[in-house]
Amino acid sequence: MSTPSQTVGPFLSIGLPWADGPTVVPEGTPGAIRIVGTVFDGAGQPVPDALIETWQADPDGHFDHPDDPSGPLRKEFRAFGRCPTDDDGNYWILTLLPGAIPGQAPHIDVSVFARGLLHRVVTRIYFADDPSDPVLSSVDPGRRRTLIAQPADDGYRFDIRLQGDNETVFFDV
Amino acid sequence: MYLRDAPGTHPPLDSPGYKSTKLRHPLQRPVLLPQKLTEITGPLLGEGRLGANDNDLTAQHAGEPQGQRIIVHGRLLDGNGRPVPNSLVEIWQANAGGRYNHVRDRWPSPVDPNFDGVGRTLTDAEGRYTFTTIKPGAYPWQNHDNAWRPAHIHFSVFGRSFTQRLVTQMYFPDDPLFDQDPIFNSVPDPKARARMISSFDWSRTVPNWALAYSFDIVLRGRDATPFEQEVDDE
Repeated sequence: MSTPSQTVGPFLSIGLPWADGPTVVPEGTPGAIRIVGTVFDGAGQPVPDALIETWQADPDGHFDHPDDPSGPLRKEFRAFGRCPTDDDGNYWILTLLPGAIPGQAPHIDVSVFARGLLHRVVTRIYFADDPSDPVLSSVDPGRRRTLIAQPADDGYRFDIRLQGDNETVFFDV
Repeated sequence: MYLRDAPGTHPPLDSPGYKSTKLRHPLQRPVLLPQKLTEITGPLLGEGRLGANDNDLTAQHAGEPQGQRIIVHGRLLDGNGRPVPNSLVEIWQANAGGRYNHVRDRWPSPVDPNFDGVGRTLTDAEGRYTFTTIKPGAYPWQNHDNAWRPAHIHFSVFGRSFTQRLVTQMYFPDDPLFDQDPIFNSVPDPKARARMISSFDWSRTVPNWALAYSFDIVLRGRDATPFEQEVDDE
């Protein structure tokens, strides 16, 4: 009998952000990529009171968790990122590209929290449209591109549209 | 595999009574994601995230904050009744007058220079957590005519997997503001709603010091695996 979810409300930024939240790896780490994006609402307006969290495998496809018996972990790789959106709805994460996991293309799991979201919404960042990935291939081809990060300066762009035209694909986990 | 919660446990994202959901809830149905390694693992955040006095919101400044001092404690459990040990619990809240220490909070009740309203702790080996804080005040907001939020403390917990991540709000017993609050009432099942209300806990009050409330948080449970079945049979 689970405890219900509630919204983070408008003042999440006093409680949830960490100074080092966006840096999954320290600045200057060789091979680090910056993922940037903007969260938009159904009117196309940026959402300034949202929070993005990311969870991913390391470049060898390993998770920092006892339920992944696959192997040793990288040092200085937290696997988890957290960034509030700024006044223009922008977030960023500095990380390493995740490796492939057996049977799945490289991806990052994303949670979005915001004022007006009574429960987080979950999506995935992919880096290429890989038809062999079972999750990607379960998504309507017309909407699949909302899950693919676009190459950008020193990294990738991944915008999140909560509602309406080009609405991001969200998952029921 | 983590079990899905019963219908009515969580609020629908489209909850018209809470106006901010209008432009922020997805219109498309979510795509079913079979739980894979990414979802059954998750961040196990520990000691490195805590500073001194992070679990005592009344001791983070030179002076003491205004208001009623309270102990808030409870257990972090999974749906199988097992404690979740060594797990990060984060809270944030308004001060005794219902004012958040946030630049966008314009409610004309003063900021308390001795109260940030932010706390963190780790659950112990039995999944227990404890905070010392101030009972937050109710405050008005613009959702509907004469709208007031019941007093609440925001809670953020991780559990042991991406699927168990939960952000909720803890309420106080017998709050007369429940009936008009669309956020509290967004949870369809009244029994689930009641699980967000803390209990007054006389046994944990501290004489001449603090009142106490208890609040257990229950995360999604796991399917019994063959291994666990064997243990159960012993």
